[in-house]
Amino acid sequence: MFETDKKLLNDYQRDFPLVPRPYAEIGKSLGISEGEVIEDFTRYIENKTISRIGAVVKPGTIGVSTLAAMKVPQEKLIEIAKIVSSFDEVNHNYEREHSFNLWFVITAPNQTRLNDVLAEIENKTGTTPMSLPMERDFHLDLGFKLKW
Amino acid sequence: MVVNVAIAEDNDAVASDDELALIEALCVGLPLDPRPYKVLASRLGMTELEVISSLESLIGRGIIRRLGVVVQHRRLGYTANAMVVWDIPDEMVDEIGKRMGEVDFVTLCYQRPRRAPDWPYNLFCMVHGSKRETVLKQVQNLADELGIDDISNEILFSSRQFKQRGARYKNGRKQ
Repeated sequence: MFETDKKLLNDYQRDFPLVPRPYAEIGKSLGISEGEVIEDFTRYIENKTISRIGAVVKPGTIGVSTLAAMKVPQEKLIEIAKIVSSFDEVNHNYEREHSFNLWFVITAPNQTRLNDVLAEIENKTGTTPMSLPMERDFHLDLGFKLKW
Repeated sequence: MVVNVAIAEDNDAVASDDELALIEALCVGLPLDPRPYKVLASRLGMTELEVISSLESLIGRGIIRRLGVVVQHRRLGYTANAMVVWDIPDEMVDEIGKRMGEVDFVTLCYQRPRRAPDWPYNLFCMVHGSKRETVLKQVQNLADELGIDDISNEILFSSRQFKQRGARYKNGRKQ
């Protein structure tokens, strides 16, 4: 990985320039052109090194969410994970090493829709999700310091 | 800029409808256009300057915690991803949670409900690393440092990622 890539990925996780031409400003500080900065970010998104340039919002600001977990027989895991992922409201979905082996985050505009999604997942998979909504957030998200 | 739990409970930390619309427009990512804020502005019927000053205000009030690159840990080699869950006595969870949330290698720290009898854990944190051993060592250090090494916990490593993207909202409004 090139020095410029490292800087683009590590140094712009917060305080993204709030100026009319942010990519030009980033380019200026790295000694590359605005077009190259845009090309690089486009490539990172295409190869999934980054998911987006975006805003990380305080939980509960917009919509409601929960972390849900299910115990799924190993031979059915892929099939059931696909059903879970197919919901637009599911944005993270992971297998974890535990008897609760499928963990996913549901985000919905309101509690009614959230409950509906939980019920639909139960109907389609035959497994009841355990819902663990956040009660308190203790972490201050400053981005993730990359070590190369 | 300091954002903390105290600010999160302040009235100032409630977003207006216009601000929520801006946050929604940002969900899919900042446009990769030389004038990204102008692109957002034209979608929302705002001016470029209004978008920029709204974002400044949202960040200042702690509603947007950070604006910038959202990395995919796995693709960058951080393949050991552990969710560590703890059964902290209720009267201690506030203090322990606050201290845990400040530890530099902890990337998330939430209190969640217990679900007896299946699930006794009320405090969750996330630790990412390139190797499993490193993560296990970090968790041990965390337990030692916070004086909770005698408290029951489990470490759930992730093995397969089926989906990961930012949240999407359809006319999402706080209810």
